[in-house]
Amino acid sequence: MKVRIKSHWPPGHIRTPAYLRGKIGQIERRIGLFNNPEETAYRQTGPQRELVRVRFRMADIWGARAERGEDVIEAEIYAHWLEPV
Amino acid sequence: MPHDHHDHEHDHSHEGLSPSGHPYRADNDTDLSYWQAMEIALRELLIEKGHLTAAQIHAQINAMDSRSPANGARVVARTWVDPEFKAALLADAGAASRAMGFDIGPMHLIALENTKEVHNVVVCTLCSCYPRNLLGLPPDWYKSRAYRSRTVIEPRKVLSEFGLELPEQMQVRVHDSTADMRYIVLPAQPEASLGLTEEELAAWVTRDSMIGVGLPQAPQ
Repeated sequence: MKVRIKSHWPPGHIRTPAYLRGKIGQIERRIGLFNNPEETAYRQTGPQRELVRVRFRMADIWGARAERGEDVIEAEIYAHWLEPV
Repeated sequence: MPHDHHDHEHDHSHEGLSPSGHPYRADNDTDLSYWQAMEIALRELLIEKGHLTAAQIHAQINAMDSRSPANGARVVARTWVDPEFKAALLADAGAASRAMGFDIGPMHLIALENTKEVHNVVVCTLCSCYPRNLLGLPPDWYKSRAYRSRTVIEPRKVLSEFGLELPEQMQVRVHDSTADMRYIVLPAQPEASLGLTEEELAAWVTRDSMIGVGLPQAPQ
């Protein structure tokens, strides 16, 4: 399933790397529910969030500068950072 | 000639160079930093209020210090001789490591299998996440800005600097350890090691091969 990482730039303790925001990838696997570090970093409690591993083609992240476009990066992204494509 | 100087004024100098020509490490005579003072205050309060004993704290430090890449090497070696264990590890690496007897605490672990088509390498671009509860402390370079930033941009160049040249047709998978999971690479078994026992094989598995910046090697 294709997803886009939201291109949001809020302040705070964000575990979504800047270089992946706005990029499109494929869901590799769903891992389960975890505490949201954006809240726990400030001792706030909220609902747990689903954590998802997303696979990105190097070409889709770095464009023509990619070393080899078909190599991939995989990262864990909380579901509230994903939007459908 | 740093190892051959004869200019000592006296035998017990703590400045300049040691008799073997190396600089002395400075004594830590500076004031405690804010966080050092905070750590001592918190530790002493926990002991004073009876939540923990000094012996328990020391035992935990010893437990952390005793973890080393040799633990991961035993896990990898077992996957080379036991296909059922390998399947269990790929399905749930944390549970399989615990079943093997390793106390890895609450760590969530994913095993990444290298094949003829795929090479995996692990990085944490945001900080220095590392499977410490299995492999011990990460190497210093793993925490460097150069490794953390370059591995997601030019992994093949980074790997070649570690002495690892990958064929063009092999896919590189870079795993950015961004959140709650930790990763161990399962390197492919070298042909030259076929037929060895599990214990002998563990000596082939290097720390770097479990991060993905190296391959297993015959023990020196």
